[in-house]
Amino acid sequence: MTKANLNEVLIETVDLKKNFGDLEVLKGINEKIYRGEVVTIIGPSGGGKSTFLRCLNMLEEPTGGKVIFEGDVLDAKSTDLNLHRQKIGMVFQQFNVFPHLTVLENITLAPTLELGVPKADAEAEAKDLLKMVGLEEKVNEYPRKLSGGQKQRLAIVRALAMHPDVMLFDEPTSALDPEMVKGVLDVIQELAESGMTCVIVTHEMGFAKQISDRVLFIDGGVIAEEGTPEEMFEHPQNPRTIEFLSKVLY
Amino acid sequence: MGLGPGILDVLRDYYPIFLRGMVGTLEYAFIAVFFGSILGALIALINLSKSKILNTIGTVYVNVLRGTPLLVQMYIAYFFIPIAIPALNSVSKVVYVLLALILNSSAYVSEIIRGGINSVDKGQTEAARSLGMTASHTMTKIVLPQAIKNILPALANEYIAMIKETSLAGTFMLYELMYTRTLLANKFLIWQPLFIIAAIYLMLTLVLSAGVRFMEKRLSVSD
Repeated sequence: MTKANLNEVLIETVDLKKNFGDLEVLKGINEKIYRGEVVTIIGPSGGGKSTFLRCLNMLEEPTGGKVIFEGDVLDAKSTDLNLHRQKIGMVFQQFNVFPHLTVLENITLAPTLELGVPKADAEAEAKDLLKMVGLEEKVNEYPRKLSGGQKQRLAIVRALAMHPDVMLFDEPTSALDPEMVKGVLDVIQELAESGMTCVIVTHEMGFAKQISDRVLFIDGGVIAEEGTPEEMFEHPQNPRTIEFLSKVLY
Repeated sequence: MGLGPGILDVLRDYYPIFLRGMVGTLEYAFIAVFFGSILGALIALINLSKSKILNTIGTVYVNVLRGTPLLVQMYIAYFFIPIAIPALNSVSKVVYVLLALILNSSAYVSEIIRGGINSVDKGQTEAARSLGMTASHTMTKIVLPQAIKNILPALANEYIAMIKETSLAGTFMLYELMYTRTLLANKFLIWQPLFIIAAIYLMLTLVLSAGVRFMEKRLSVSD
């Protein structure tokens, strides 16, 4: 933990707002994510955690405010949004691996297509990445042969193959069978310890406590409270945080 | 007046006519669905685009062609095109009738393609875009290869439906299966050809439907 470089802001949101119809999901969020930081986002369902995360790479187009990534304002209409997204890896609750491609092709497709990496190089790197997450024997399988945990580990290395500067995790273990959770969390932890900037929406409180530099509690479309894991889990101040934690912690 | 010759006698005496009609039916249906698919893919793109104006044009196109009888569309093509565009007078009227079939098919095919594309989980597009893939790469490398599994069987079913629809083209003397009725009616064979024609249509659709089921099974193996 804590290789964060507090001098270098990687992502900044300024008065970030998102409405779905009449529903205000994000009510103006100002936040800075620093390079190397591991930030977890906790909070009740429907509070805006996932929407906040999905705004960081413009999968959700903000209704108001802005997202600044590496100094550039992200705009869904700008042509280089794709270039920025290449630097922002994302892992989804439902894995979203590509079922019509082999494990290897899942990883090599985007680097060869969008970065122009030679096929042989992309495949060599993909195999190294698969080894890192214990999937080297699945290289030529199709995803349907993988367990949920294996699919999620594949999804993680697929994102890593683009050499992102930050990884966003949207409830990466919520769709997993209980015995699959640890394998995925181990990979994320290893990644975090290697210095990768990570923003993680999670319901795994033990994991959040252990891995985070900083914890954000998002509720009602705002960051209701934030602090170190120690502050947040041992001495929460906001009554909503206290109430939430009292319901999820044993 | 008696019943006249039996069905089998008529079939024996005139089978080349029925054969020719069957080939015509298969050809016209193929031409309609083939060009209808190319046009239909374009209409699907128009309907899937983010432009409200294009969406409206596409919706009107599909609604008009699906909401009016094919026979009426054929009549309009047959009688109106030569009047509206006199330069086309020398073009065979077969082409007008085929044009109506193609346009009609394109409306149905566009909905098949649109449905096939929409059936691919939105998470697939999100995953591709989050990797920084362009919209066109996302469509060609991720969405379409998955959509095609739903599209191909539906397209084959459209071909089967079109085999029956082309029977209307006989009205305009295109040589297809139903037109053989007209030819043989001139020889005072009224009822026998109808049963032969029906049997041939039934045989074609049953065989082709079995083929589609086989294709669906094969395509679903890789799921």
